[in-house]
Amino acid sequence: MVINTNPNFKRLRRSMMFLNAQKPSLVKDPYVYKPDSIMLDLEDAVAENQKDAARYSLFHALKEIDYHGCERVVRINGLETPHWKEDIRVSVAGGCDAIRLAKTESGKDIKIVEEHILAAEKEFHRPIGSTLIMAAIESTKGMLNLYDICTSSDRLFGIALSGGDYTRDLQTSISKSGVELMGARQQMVITARATGRMCFDTVYTDLDDMEGFRKDVEMIKQMGFDGKSIINPRQIPVCHDVFTPTEKQIRWAEAVVREIDTKKAMGIGVFQLNGKMLDIAFYDGAKRTISMAKAAGVYKGDL
Amino acid sequence: MKNAVGREIPEEILKQTGKDVFKGSFVNHLAAYKAATHTVAPVMDPSYSKVVDSIEEVLKKCGIKDGMTLSFHHHFREGDYVVNMVMEAIHKMGIKDLTICASSLGKAQNPIVPMIEDGTITNIQSSGVRGKIGEAISNGKLKGLAIMRGHGGRVRAIETGETHIDIAFIGAPSADDMGNCRAIGSQNGADCGVLGYAAVDAQYADKVVVVTDTLVPFPNVPASIDMTNVDYVVKVDAIGDPTKIATGAAKPTTDQRKLLMAKYAADFMVHTPWYKDGFIYQTGVGGASIASTKFLAEHLRKDNIHIGVAMGGIAQAICELQHEGLIDKIADTQDFDMASIEDIKTNPNHYEITTSQYADPFNKGAYVNKLDYVILGALEVDTHFNVNVVVGSDGVITGAQGGHPDTAAGAKCTIVIAPLLQGRIPAICTECTTVTTPGETVDVVVTDYGIAINPRRQDIIDAVKDTDLPICTIEELRDTAYKMVGTPDPVQFGDRVVGIIEARDGSIMDVVRQVKKAEI
Amino acid sequence: MELKKAAMAGTVESSDAQITVEPGSNGIELTVESSVIHQYGRQIKAVVLDTLKKLDVTNAKVSVVDKGALDCTLKARVEGAVFRSVNEDPDTPNPWEVL
Repeated sequence: MVINTNPNFKRLRRSMMFLNAQKPSLVKDPYVYKPDSIMLDLEDAVAENQKDAARYSLFHALKEIDYHGCERVVRINGLETPHWKEDIRVSVAGGCDAIRLAKTESGKDIKIVEEHILAAEKEFHRPIGSTLIMAAIESTKGMLNLYDICTSSDRLFGIALSGGDYTRDLQTSISKSGVELMGARQQMVITARATGRMCFDTVYTDLDDMEGFRKDVEMIKQMGFDGKSIINPRQIPVCHDVFTPTEKQIRWAEAVVREIDTKKAMGIGVFQLNGKMLDIAFYDGAKRTISMAKAAGVYKGDL
Repeated sequence: MKNAVGREIPEEILKQTGKDVFKGSFVNHLAAYKAATHTVAPVMDPSYSKVVDSIEEVLKKCGIKDGMTLSFHHHFREGDYVVNMVMEAIHKMGIKDLTICASSLGKAQNPIVPMIEDGTITNIQSSGVRGKIGEAISNGKLKGLAIMRGHGGRVRAIETGETHIDIAFIGAPSADDMGNCRAIGSQNGADCGVLGYAAVDAQYADKVVVVTDTLVPFPNVPASIDMTNVDYVVKVDAIGDPTKIATGAAKPTTDQRKLLMAKYAADFMVHTPWYKDGFIYQTGVGGASIASTKFLAEHLRKDNIHIGVAMGGIAQAICELQHEGLIDKIADTQDFDMASIEDIKTNPNHYEITTSQYADPFNKGAYVNKLDYVILGALEVDTHFNVNVVVGSDGVITGAQGGHPDTAAGAKCTIVIAPLLQGRIPAICTECTTVTTPGETVDVVVTDYGIAINPRRQDIIDAVKDTDLPICTIEELRDTAYKMVGTPDPVQFGDRVVGIIEARDGSIMDVVRQVKKAEI
Repeated sequence: MELKKAAMAGTVESSDAQITVEPGSNGIELTVESSVIHQYGRQIKAVVLDTLKKLDVTNAKVSVVDKGALDCTLKARVEGAVFRSVNEDPDTPNPWEVL
């Protein structure tokens, strides 16, 4: 389903790296690590008495730093704070690609943000609709309102899980097994797919356990997630390695697409691969694999 | 007069030093010279003992006087006690106007700065002058000129007689009463593995004094420094701090930028023509350098290729690869950690080479001439591929030439790794603040933003043109840097020349002037 | 704009700048201290004066302690300090189209 014709809507988002908008040493050239999305944070990473200073840093970073194609997402403060209105104004004025609302609880929250984004786009002469939205789900209430949130706005491209806050709301804690997040993860993938949105998994905080991180990313990819939140550049190569189709997967996908396209063009409705029957249901997935490979820059074929 | 790297060398400096301007890396090839001689006081009487009770006494026996040239090695690195011990004793005697010819000086020698200020020391010849000595020189405290040389150049200066050493002080972890020194065997654990930097001092100095903390029975063999060159042996309580001489093995870097550059460097090397079985390799011991070696090792395992000789300063990572069978021989000029010191004790394929064997441009051929690849660092690289490893971004002398110019001149493929930006300072710039290694010897520059190849090397350009590597021009790297941080103004200096950067052949590569407060 | 009180923004961490402003009566009195004073001292001075001009601040004592901040960070810190000096409420809407 096509929700939004903004070319950024379904872009490659294997990795979404958090950056403290207040730390100039981090913000000046994060693209050298090649994350797909960068999240410039005005929320948790910024001390309460620095919220104002962070906005000026954000504004000039957005206007003056060349991020070489990385998506620039701003995480604004939640609606329960006094900061979010000015956060939206500065983000749109700076020309960010998307705004991430922390602590999204309902579709109404998104609608409020959308209203203020529209006003800011008009005030600062930004192309209407150029600012997308993403919702961070951090509470059980937000989790139960997922469908409402996902269908609240055409600008909303995806939902992300904030595991730390969410598990606290569950009155448990995060473990390496991830069992406490199972329900949330399943629900997010289901709702995202049913509503044509993307879904992103929570951060992995143990930077020294790269083996554990890899297993974590492999698991959530298998569950159906589109990408992972990243807290340190060293997590990016592993994340991309897991999410990027392998040579083998690409070749298989090519074979599927070629077989089905060719047979359909000849008016044949029966497909075969390697001597076995091929279900047409594999077509969409194969096309997705190829476009993922293209977006990731590893596709060398001609489809 | 302008030299071959475009640097203006003042006429007075040429007159004062009697040196020529740098004209090219190999202009002295096969230009024969007569080697220097030195004075020998023959020990014929077998009842004579070379052992002296104290530094003070040996100084008197050597006839220490104003105006002499003294030499030291830096194998004890940040843990050295010898330089300070000897200089303190000399200072108490009121001696003045001395020239110190050290293989390198660093923060451990900060205590000699007052001796620079009061005229005890008026000339310094060294590879590095890190720490307060560099600051003192940059602030004009040294009466004479500081001569900054690479390791090979120091040997050349001594063997041509340009530098004549009156007294050489050789700190040794163990010595016998005749002066045979080994770089291991210290009863305090102050081992350094090799004594290669001191070899030329032992051969050419008029008086050679061994300073040790451990006297062992004769003969202390196999000896790094031979007794036939030693005049005196002094036993002291301590020659160095073991914890600072050889550190524990460095933890592998997790800095993504360093790993990115290291991977680029390794991936680059395997596409060049010299990547074949038995190639000869040198790298440094910084995080990015060791990481490059680790990434290179992954290729070696896959391609069933091994390194013939790994040379230079040695650390655990190199020893481990040799034990795995990926390196044949280790030619050791200096040891950085305990693992490499332990290894050289028992491993017949890990051996010591003198600085002359390593890098001397004026002998009949040195190890650097056989290098296929060297991986080096840099403070600055300019668009002519000239490198600066000595003068910092505030104009203060802070680094050391070390083996940089020697290995760059010798290697078939010289690779410099540097992050594009160090804070706001672009490492890739239009003109270096100071040239220490000439661009004609630098072939490849690897940064976190891409790889630039010296246009002189069409062979390397051709070798990598069909790869996925991020190849660009050095100007593009410079422009990317300047676009991000702004075009830098040059460092402002005073008028007085406080030091010269000496090329391998003794000519002048560049001059360093006194620092000045910036006027904006 | 008239500055109302002394205010500061930024830190002395690497790549940042700490900028302090206070009301003045003698034009812009600027002092700059920087870890890259040779290479960028002149540019830092220019960016700070230019930003103050954009904010219509004509009288102020300004001190900059710079640790290699890029122009975008210098501008942000000047604005941060000035608006803190002028506004009571840190969430006061800003004239982003001017900055």
